[in-house]
Amino acid sequence: MTDLTSAPAFGRPKQSILTASSEMKRRNAAETRFKLYGVAAITISLVMLAIMLFTIFRDGVSSFYQARLSFPMALSAEVLDPQGNRSRDEMTKVTTVGYQKVLAAALLAELERQGIAQEGVSEKEIADLISKDAPGELRAAVLANPEMVGSTIDASVLAGGRIDGFIKGRVTLETAERDSNISPDQLRLAEQLREAGILTSSWNWGFFTNPDASDQRPEAAGLGVALLGSAYMMLMVLVMCVPVGVAASIYLEEFAPKNRWTDAIEVNISNLAAVPSIVFGILGLAIFINFAGLPQSSSVVGALVISLMTLPTIIIATRASIRAVPPSIRDAALGIGASKMQTVFHHVLPLAMPGILTGTILGLASALGETAPLLLIGMVAFVDNYPAAPPEGFLDPATALPVQVYSWASRADPAFIERSNGAIIVLLVFLVIMNVAAILLRRRFERRW
Amino acid sequence: MSVLMILATVFVLAIAAYFLSRQRALASSGGNPRDLHSLPGYYGWYGAVSVLIPALGALVLWLILQPMVIEARISAALPDQLVADETQRELTMADVRRVAGGLDTAVAQGEMTEQEAAMIRTEFTDVRDRLANVGVALGSNVTKEVLAAAQDYREMASWGAAGQTVLVIVLAALGLFWGVTRAHKDFRARNRVEQVILGLLMVASSIAILTTIGIVWSMVSETFDFFTKYPVQDFFFSLTWSPNFRGGSDLGILPLIWGTLYITVVSMLVAVPIGLFAAIYLAEYASKRTRNWVKPLIEIIAGIPTVVFGIFALVTVGPFLRDYFAEPLGLGNSGSSVMTAGIVIGILNIPFISSLSDDIINAVPQSLRDGSLGLGATKSETVRQVILPAALPGIVGAILMAASRAIGETMIVVMGAGAAAKLSLNPFEAMTTMTVKIVGQLTGDTDFAAPETLVAFALGMTLFVITLGLNIFALWIVRKYREQYE
Repeated sequence: MTDLTSAPAFGRPKQSILTASSEMKRRNAAETRFKLYGVAAITISLVMLAIMLFTIFRDGVSSFYQARLSFPMALSAEVLDPQGNRSRDEMTKVTTVGYQKVLAAALLAELERQGIAQEGVSEKEIADLISKDAPGELRAAVLANPEMVGSTIDASVLAGGRIDGFIKGRVTLETAERDSNISPDQLRLAEQLREAGILTSSWNWGFFTNPDASDQRPEAAGLGVALLGSAYMMLMVLVMCVPVGVAASIYLEEFAPKNRWTDAIEVNISNLAAVPSIVFGILGLAIFINFAGLPQSSSVVGALVISLMTLPTIIIATRASIRAVPPSIRDAALGIGASKMQTVFHHVLPLAMPGILTGTILGLASALGETAPLLLIGMVAFVDNYPAAPPEGFLDPATALPVQVYSWASRADPAFIERSNGAIIVLLVFLVIMNVAAILLRRRFERRW
Repeated sequence: MSVLMILATVFVLAIAAYFLSRQRALASSGGNPRDLHSLPGYYGWYGAVSVLIPALGALVLWLILQPMVIEARISAALPDQLVADETQRELTMADVRRVAGGLDTAVAQGEMTEQEAAMIRTEFTDVRDRLANVGVALGSNVTKEVLAAAQDYREMASWGAAGQTVLVIVLAALGLFWGVTRAHKDFRARNRVEQVILGLLMVASSIAILTTIGIVWSMVSETFDFFTKYPVQDFFFSLTWSPNFRGGSDLGILPLIWGTLYITVVSMLVAVPIGLFAAIYLAEYASKRTRNWVKPLIEIIAGIPTVVFGIFALVTVGPFLRDYFAEPLGLGNSGSSVMTAGIVIGILNIPFISSLSDDIINAVPQSLRDGSLGLGATKSETVRQVILPAALPGIVGAILMAASRAIGETMIVVMGAGAAAKLSLNPFEAMTTMTVKIVGQLTGDTDFAAPETLVAFALGMTLFVITLGLNIFALWIVRKYREQYE
């Protein structure tokens, strides 16, 4: 002790520890920098997410509104029903060309009545303001009710895709200069029509109910078939996946002996969860379509493929929630004489149900967004007929929501990009609903033992 | 009887068996359930199960075997020139099926009588016309042989349907008889029913294995087929990829592997630093409140479907990179490029890396942190010199898993990377990947005899092997690491 005081081993401290040394300052600066990197990383990822969602909503919300032309229209009997018998069989001979003439004449008459005129727009170009889908729609309506012929109705028909883009600001006078499908004069006319209240923008129900439309008619394209196809697929995935997934989890958690077979199953499940989704598409194509001979593009093949992909997710979630049921529950049931099977089905499974449900919903949510395997089994094909009602409809060609997003995005017309973003919004709304449902379920039923 | 009707009958019999067996078991104990070995319901279930299992099993087998047997017999009966090779045979059989289906529709709609459909001859009637009347459009005129085969087909199918009905219902009835006669108070019905349930559970859990076998089998057989038509060494070592459906294609995988790896590397350069720093901040610095908010927000990224990222690449990121980087720097004028796809896949992988790393960092024991801080290290020094080295194997595992996801990613590269198979270093040039080419070769009209189509299976196999290998390696590393602190 005396040694210590008499012969200090260290020199006197050069400065107080309360003032930071240069070394300490450097280290503190490094500390701050390091922390900033972390903040920057989080900011970057959240900003990217925000940009992505922002661009999608900016470009997509407009697809929920659609430009329509409303004007009184005389359904001339000479054109639509030349025989004058109002009999449907004779009237089916009139093709959409005839209806297009009626539409064009009615629009021209309305323009004349309201005194709207525009230099440099021919009558054909005025008729081109009307969507190419409108004659078909009108024809279907007239054939459904032949008595309409000869009367004058208040028609509201889709405007062409470019006019719709003009209302939404996507098509401008400058872009029209370079566009062979529309001229600036037509846009000026459209502007006048808008001021006259003929051209209006209204809520677009057709976007949710119409089937897909060809390249020339983006304004008529809708998600009807895709929504139906996705709904069919989710229904089948639910029916196929949940019983099998829950049964497999029960076996693996409660009954499986520790042996090679069980190990093989476990390894398989965790590996399947990591196999790229496109590989499942190849499986579907080779086995379900080429080998088993199920029809291409049908929702049943899509559902089978997606079920196989979703199964590992559901099994993993179910096993976790079965494992979370405390052993005391099992012991108590076994103790009063229940068999192992009764214990599982009467006690463990009901207690694990909320967790299973949550896992299932989340699995379905990711299944809903799956695209790549569906491309390979032909669901990307152009389908403009609704699939029939189940169960036959499961074999009909259909498409799915995310696939529709992709196929619209690969079309040339920018109007389809708007539709594509609109479809994404619909898809995201479904995903949000499913995820919120899962979170609420978890909150409501979560149980700490 | 249609399959639906047969199913309904079987279920009715099963329900009857349930009640009969239950009744009989109760009667055998004089109506006192306490004298039974099992609860009364189990006797009922035993009865129902003994109806369902043989009947449904036979039905499924029959449904699978009948078309095979009929096809084999029909194609054996067809003249040789119509079934010369595999493709020819397929086409003829498709014709036969279509005509048979058409005749069925015609009969169903009352256009023909059953007799007429069986006797109709091409020599006397225009079958194509008659079928067109009922809305069955045929591509070509119906030849005599095909029509005869179609009529045979219908005949065999109707015999088959009758046989199926009889067999299934007889089996169901036998099952009912068996189940009901077994019901007696000493019969251990519960044990039997539980055995059946256990069997079902086992079958369900084996589906995972079946899937894997299915994947491997579907790819291996077609891949072998491909290699009989295209030399192996050309596939693995050729530097050009130019498929041509008229033959004479170069199908070298190297440009595709190069594109895949280049995009994966770019994506990892984005995802690893951001994901890792985000995880470190969330695990070590963030307050509980921030963590509770930020972590779910970042995980939203993981819940967004990849096709949405594809659109983001196509519409936003691609044009942005082209206008502000590629064109001013003179590196190209393509919106779809390695950079576009790489950056977007990187963003997609951020939450994956951050949540895996977060778990791993949290698993490092607190005592290590306390020790380091106690020695006077700052927090960042602790992270860099103690926590990261301790968590390194786990983080490497996470990175490898993310890389395997990037390699297998499809929609983003289909929409953002382009379709040109090139060996180039310029990151702003469009390149392509294995997944893009799998989609490209397998969508649309495909001919499963051409190497240009079959190559997709070889690509799929390569992809499967690479991603599976990476994953198994990563899992092995992670598992090894976890054991260290347990």
